[in-house]
Order: sequence, then structure tokens, then C-alpha cells
Amino acid sequence: MSAGRIKQVLSALGFAAMAFAMVPAAASADDAKPAATEAAYVPKGIPAPAGSVFKTLFSGYQFRSADTRAMQDDDFSNPGMLSVEAATSEWSHVDGEAGKSCASCHADPAKTMHGVGTHYPRWNKVLERPVTLEQQINLCRTNNMKAKPWAFNSENLTNMTTFVRYQSRGLPVAVKVDGPMSVWFDKGKSLYYQRIGQLDMACSNCHEKYYGKHIRADLLSQGQTNDFPTYRLKSQHLVPVEKRFQGCMAKVRAKPYKIFSDNMIALEVYTAWRGNGLPVETPGVRN
Amino acid sequence: MSVPRLRVPKTAKKGEVITIKSLIEHPMESGFRKGPDGKMVPRMIINKFTASFNGKQFFGANIQPSVSANPYIEFDAKIDADGTFDFAWTDDKGVVTKAQAKITVAAA
Amino acid sequence: MLTDLSRRSALKATGLVAGASILPALPALAAPDTVAVAMDAIKKLTGGKEPVKGKIKLNLPQIAENGNTVPLGVTVDSPMTVDSHVEEITVFVTKNPLPIAIAFLFTPESGKAEASTHIRLAGTQDVIAVAKMSDGTFCIDTKNCKVTIGGCGG
Repeated sequence: MSAGRIKQVLSALGFAAMAFAMVPAAASADDAKPAATEAAYVPKGIPAPAGSVFKTLFSGYQFRSADTRAMQDDDFSNPGMLSVEAATSEWSHVDGEAGKSCASCHADPAKTMHGVGTHYPRWNKVLERPVTLEQQINLCRTNNMKAKPWAFNSENLTNMTTFVRYQSRGLPVAVKVDGPMSVWFDKGKSLYYQRIGQLDMACSNCHEKYYGKHIRADLLSQGQTNDFPTYRLKSQHLVPVEKRFQGCMAKVRAKPYKIFSDNMIALEVYTAWRGNGLPVETPGVRN
Repeated sequence: MSVPRLRVPKTAKKGEVITIKSLIEHPMESGFRKGPDGKMVPRMIINKFTASFNGKQFFGANIQPSVSANPYIEFDAKIDADGTFDFAWTDDKGVVTKAQAKITVAAA
Repeated sequence: MLTDLSRRSALKATGLVAGASILPALPALAAPDTVAVAMDAIKKLTGGKEPVKGKIKLNLPQIAENGNTVPLGVTVDSPMTVDSHVEEITVFVTKNPLPIAIAFLFTPESGKAEASTHIRLAGTQDVIAVAKMSDGTFCIDTKNCKVTIGGCGG
């Protein structure tokens, strides 16, 4: 194994991302029993809607530590709120040849964007395919503002996506999967259960069969997306949902789907549907 | 740097101790981390925070790279009169980001 | 068991077992003794005076979900008057590359000797808060925080 390859593997295991790579955490016998102090917390779920694969839906929030939950709950401690703030001024910032800002068409985002973040990815009649919230923001920019689209995972696009979804905070996720969406739903479902990568694992292996159980020191969630874009303590910035999917795929040593590819969008549609009914938590705070 | 987020009560009773919360966007590059090219990323942090009331500093912090990205600081202030808070964050390059907030003393 | 033994002898033959046994000693040689550095920094702050326990309380999770963002709070029981107040609370991190994480500076106008922030911890370690009082005395509190290694970083 070359030094570069070793570095890659270490980085895949999350070591290089530690703030202080110089002093890696010492592995000791004590590390074996991590969540002892949190044993008292029982995850609170909501009854799943009819047809769900789960009996009870749990937001990823329920599997985080008391401190992480508290960080999300307090808007002044939740670092994701910085992005909401940044996008608030961007909302009325004129960009592009049409001389428009978001506010030109959608005056008061608290009203005009209320509920919007609950039903993406959503069918787009013109394109005849589902579009994600990120794509919809860029469609607005290119079609209506005549502005350049923002790159995926750029600060601008993730901030704006967070801002729009934040306007629906507390509202239940309500992604539609009937009609023309059903093809994408079916595709996403088959991908969800498809084993991939060198570790030969499907999404369902962790997030359906073993949620609530430990994977090393961490608790597995149901893989819900109601908190995205979510602030990850590990990366110390907001992470869009498709970026997170890519992370999961890399972790099972598979080749991640490309951003906005058919496979990726189908998976996002299906995964979002699995969380229908959960409240939008954007910006969430996760490990 | 972005606009800092601040939570300061608008009013207080005379003599009341209020809690102030602040959050500012900053990567807090520790100087101990390697970038994708394998080279050390140079240190770039907010190293100082000050909070003043009517021109007099009442709270401050000397900050090191061990403070997380997007520094969050929560502290208190005793309010005896109407006035203006001045907050200032200084980074390694000497750039100062400032913010203000006003408070009035409500009749008890 | 048999396979284990033969595996071990095979490893021994290639010198890997011997190599493995000296490995744990290596970090101690390579990395500076951060605990000693932190203790020296505390001595420097107190000028050799012995800080007393009690009065000061350091709040830190016993187990941090992620070492990058660990919530920390300190509070000292003090009247915060001109005659008797806390001047400074310094937070020492014993296993980070630098011994001090943050120093909070107080005045009587702070009202309370209380502050919170989020810090980074490069692994399981003791975190020590030392408060300097206006009368020149010091008080101290120590908390251990376990930093877990996540299941899947993604």
C-alpha cells in the first residue's frame, strides 16, 4: 500500500478530517462503552403514515447526544443559522441580466417560501423529471433572473437551500411520489435495497435493519433527510443531502453516484418519502 | 467575514444581569491541519473578542485554535443604565469585525 | 487457537510482532508531552500559587459526540463586586497541541462570572479551568471528556 493510498484510507475513515491530525485520539479499552451516560434518553418517534416501511419514524435528531440536540435547538448556538442569516441578505441581492433578486418574485420569504421545503424533490412539468430544491433554486436563477447557476455544494447554493427549507421548519415532510414520480420512486427504492461497493452494503442494511444500534461509537439513524442541509460537527459546515449520500457510498467503498444524476435524484426522492411526516428541522446539527 | 449573530435583550431592569449570545462565521483554521495537497494549512483564527458597554470593556476573550469553527461565545452583563453595546472580533490578520446593540432600562 | 498460534509465529518470523510491541511507545517519543506543557502553563498563570477546588464549576460533556465541537461552560461563585470579582477564567486542554483553549476576561460589570463556548478536543483528555480572583487567589476545576471515534464519518 502506497503512502498516498494509506492516506486515502485513513481519510475515508474520517481521521484526516480531525481538527488536530497531529494528535489522533488514543484508542483505549474505555472507548468500547461510549453511550453509557446517554442510556437514559429514549428516542422519541412519531407514528409512521400508512404504507411506510417503518412503524415509527425517528428523526436523526433522536439519535444524537443531549449536547448536540441542545446545539440544534438553540438558534444562537446552532452554527447552521449563520447560513440562514447569510442567505437572508442574498434573498434581495439583485443578480443576473434580468436585474432581479429572489425577492422580486417572492417578496416575503416567510410567507412565499412557507411549506416549499417540505415537498422537494418535486415533479417539474417542463423538464418532465423531478428536481431537487438545489436545482429549483438554480432554475430560478437561470430562467427568471438570467443569472449564472450556483455550483453544487457552494456556500451560496447551500446557504440558499438551507434558507428556503428553514422557512418550513416544523412542517411535516410531504414529498409526492404518485403519478409520473412513481417511476422515480420505484427506481429509488430498488437503489435503496441494492448492495453496492466493496463492503457490499445497501442503505437498508444500516438505516432500516440496524437503526438505533451502534456502529462503533456512533448510533445509526433511520437515514432520514428532514434536517438537510445539516450542520455536521465533523466537517464544521452545512452539508447538502446528496453530498451526504456520496459520503455513505464512499464509506461502503462504492463509487458514489454523480450529483444530480438520475440515480442520485431517484434515491433522494425515495429517501425523502421514507421520512414523510417528520418535521423539517433545517438547519439540523448532526455528528 | 459575515454579519455576526447576536442575542441581546432590548430591555432590562436596572441592576439586572442579562445573558448575551454571539456567533460569528469563521473557519478557525488551527494551523495544525493538512490540506488536500498534503501541506499544512496556515493558521487563521479569530484570536480576540471584546464586549464593551458605553465605551467600557466589561468582557473579553483571548481565543486560541482550540476554539471550534464559527466561534460561539455566551456571557453576561450587568445593566445599570441605557446604553450601547460594542462587540469586536479580531482575526490573525488584524481585521476587526464589529457589531452594535442597544438596550434600555425599563421602569421596574 | 491453532491458527492463531501459527499466525503469531508467522508474524514473529517476519518481525511484525516485535515491531508492534514498540509501536505504542512511539507517540510518546515523537509528540511533546502536552500534559506537562499544560501543567507548566497553569503554573505560569498562578505564579506557583496552589489553586483551590470548589467555587468554580466547569461544565463539559463526559462523552463528546465529536471532538470538533464540544460545548463548554464555566461558572464561578463570586459576588462580582469591585472588591471581590473574577478577573479571568482560563481553560486548559491537556492533549491538544496548544495548552490553552480560551481565556475569558471579566470585570464587575460582567455581573456574573459565567461564560460558554464550543471547543475542539483532539482526543479523550482532561480539561482544566482556572479562575483568577481579584484578591490574587486562584480556583480550579478539572473534567475529563471522552472523545468517541465516530462510526461512519461519511
